Amino acid sequence: MIGTGISVNSITARRRHPLARVAVVALALGLLGGGYALAAPNGSTADAAIASGKADDVAQGKSLFVAHCASCHGMNAEGTKKAPTLIGVGAAAVNFQVSSGRMPAADAGPQAPRKPRAEWATDEAVDQLSAYVQSLGGGPTVPSAEQVDPAKGDPAKGGELFRANCIQCHNFVGAGGALTYGKYAPPLNPATPTQIYEAMATGPQAMPVFNDSTITPEQKRDMIAYITHVRSQVDPGGSGLGRIGPVTEGLVAWVVGLSLLILASIWITAKKRRAA
Amino acid sequence: MNAPPKAIAGVSTFVDDRIGAGNFLKRNLRKIFPDHWSFLLGEIALYSFVILLLTGTFLTFWFKPGMGEVTYTGNYAPLYGVKMSEAYASALHISFDVRGGLLMRQIHHWAALLFVGGMTVHMLRIFFTGAYRKPRELNWIIGILLLSLALLEGLTGYSLPDDLLSGAGLRITQGVAQSIPIVGTYVSFFLFGGEYPGHDVISRFYSIHILLIPGILLALVSAHMILMWVQKHTQMPGKNRTEKNVVGAPFYPAFMIKSGAFFLFTFGVIALLGTFAQINPIWLFGPYTPADISAGSQPDWYMGFLEGALRLMPSWEINFLDHTVTLSVLIPALVPLGIVMTGLALYPFLEQWITGDRREHHVADRPRNNPHRTAIGISGMTFYGLLWLLGANDELSANFHLDLYTTTWFGRIAVFVGPAIAYWITYRMCIGLQRKDAEVLSHGVESGVIKRLPNGQYIEVHTPPAEDIAEHIRGKKEIPVLESAEDGEGIPPKGARSAIGRLRAKMSQAYGTDRVPLTDGHHEEAHEEEHAGVGAGDRKELH
Repeated sequence: MIGTGISVNSITARRRHPLARVAVVALALGLLGGGYALAAPNGSTADAAIASGKADDVAQGKSLFVAHCASCHGMNAEGTKKAPTLIGVGAAAVNFQVSSGRMPAADAGPQAPRKPRAEWATDEAVDQLSAYVQSLGGGPTVPSAEQVDPAKGDPAKGGELFRANCIQCHNFVGAGGALTYGKYAPPLNPATPTQIYEAMATGPQAMPVFNDSTITPEQKRDMIAYITHVRSQVDPGGSGLGRIGPVTEGLVAWVVGLSLLILASIWITAKKRRAA
Repeated sequence: MNAPPKAIAGVSTFVDDRIGAGNFLKRNLRKIFPDHWSFLLGEIALYSFVILLLTGTFLTFWFKPGMGEVTYTGNYAPLYGVKMSEAYASALHISFDVRGGLLMRQIHHWAALLFVGGMTVHMLRIFFTGAYRKPRELNWIIGILLLSLALLEGLTGYSLPDDLLSGAGLRITQGVAQSIPIVGTYVSFFLFGGEYPGHDVISRFYSIHILLIPGILLALVSAHMILMWVQKHTQMPGKNRTEKNVVGAPFYPAFMIKSGAFFLFTFGVIALLGTFAQINPIWLFGPYTPADISAGSQPDWYMGFLEGALRLMPSWEINFLDHTVTLSVLIPALVPLGIVMTGLALYPFLEQWITGDRREHHVADRPRNNPHRTAIGISGMTFYGLLWLLGANDELSANFHLDLYTTTWFGRIAVFVGPAIAYWITYRMCIGLQRKDAEVLSHGVESGVIKRLPNGQYIEVHTPPAEDIAEHIRGKKEIPVLESAEDGEGIPPKGARSAIGRLRAKMSQAYGTDRVPLTDGHHEEAHEEEHAGVGAGDRKELH
């Protein structure tokens, strides 16, 4: 270490310091994290690009599609044995599936579960991908922010539609339910208003399509208003017990209620009169 | 010094002179009650019933049992302006606009769940200890009637708010009524006053729920208690406890205080549940319309086994002379209920028929000492429990990621295989426990003292069991076996000649034969060396 003023000996000595390992790991983590933060795509610039309607979104989307979707859906989204064609499914379907993490699918199960998004699936990437699939053959588009604004809907009207159309699979508050052959209607609690709208418009997986002539966009917004209102409502009667009805109530009656009372009966009869 | 104060003496003399209560109280206040935790289980049901009557009365002040259509204008925003029945609107009114209304509704509903739960555990205690035996068969039948009526009371009660979930139960009730051969359609039209759902059923159920069934329940509960009082409570086997006495504490003051405390416990637990655990949130279900149904529609727990039977049943149906017999509804509605309720009601008499036991019993059996009865009981519980579990198969499937049809097929097989396996396991466990008892009596219990013998051998010193434990074990009573041996000329006794008689004799042999007779002390020579430590001399050393 000529010219630095630090002798080789002193470095060697510090290398053996008890805290040296900690310092090295901290440094490595800091470099990695900082580097990632710098390299990761920035959302705000992407929004600007979408708003200006750049034509190269479709091109970008195609390259994303080839990289992440084509192995199952085919190089031109024509479909394979493993997965259906995406021509005509529309941007709403892509936005729903990819933004909820269902696509890319992890493995071939009865149903693709909701999961954290793929790393590459930023809002910008999802929009580009949607634009590409939309360009293939049209289909339902992503709803505007106004179309899914719960504040603009009527929850009471939405509730009636919700009970008539949704709860036979999704349960009365959208807690989810079982379907046949390992499929299920997922809980609606993690779904965003946009995703709820898109699910109705596109009918993902086992769900039927509720198009605009069956349920108008205003009615869809009413339903979104009901779903979001009820799921954010504090249960007035105490713990909601999962809001799945009498099954958990019965469980609590036995496991909590009767167990406590049996313990009480044991305790009371264990108290004996002492002989004077 | 011992004379009561004038204020008390005056009043009590007044009452005594007119209704002669003094003698009655003198005789009964000192009534002896035996002490065992399991003897309090019935009181869970009794006290829940008291709470049900009180909270139920509160609810009737606001509930309107009508099916006329109204538009909701109450405090719950997501239903504002929705058309619904008067009944549902008034149930919402109680929940959101009456002070303490929701709490009362919840306490009422939790008390209902614990009412049937308390009855169930109480009934199991009576069954497994053989406390239904002579002279208590009639009280046992009253108990079965109470349980059946409680199911009906629950069914009518949860139909009243006319919410979407209760409507699902109502629809199944109507389906069951319709499935009855020949008269089914008439029964349904009679019950609902025309086409389902009609406009009458809620008010009819209301009368039944608040007047008819509670009245019968109250009368039967009184009869149940009076019979128990007159026949005296059974006691667990133990020191000085015989068929002719009752060992315990007097009703006043000891038992009365324990009993009063247990009422407060029951009330406390129900109030806690009513306060902190939401039950039957009718506002989330929405008003009933026959077109709507929710995923996860289940009845309250005590109807769960019927729900399970319905879910497991294959879709069988036969057409006979232009009549459809819907076996897929008729069988699950009647058969499991019939097996459980009729089986329970007949069991005391079947047992008497098989054992020929006409003796009076006031000392309860320990479940292990009648292994076949215990095995039959556990077998029945397994049957019931599997149906009950599978009544929630959609929730199990959704929450534990099981395939729905797999749960159905599992249930269809398990409901037959499970009880058989449970029978065998329980029987073996009972025999094993009896062997342990016999060993404790004959060899004593391990003392933890290791002793070296002069020849170098180490043994653990066994001491005789504590007196109360030994007496508890010795309380085992033989189960009679019917005489079936042939006489000198090879002719079986009169009752055992027919096919049924031979079967009866065989069952009696199996049911009553004591496979692990108790032997006191240390008689068998073969064990002498193995447990040489047991003996008077060793005991002395230990004390």
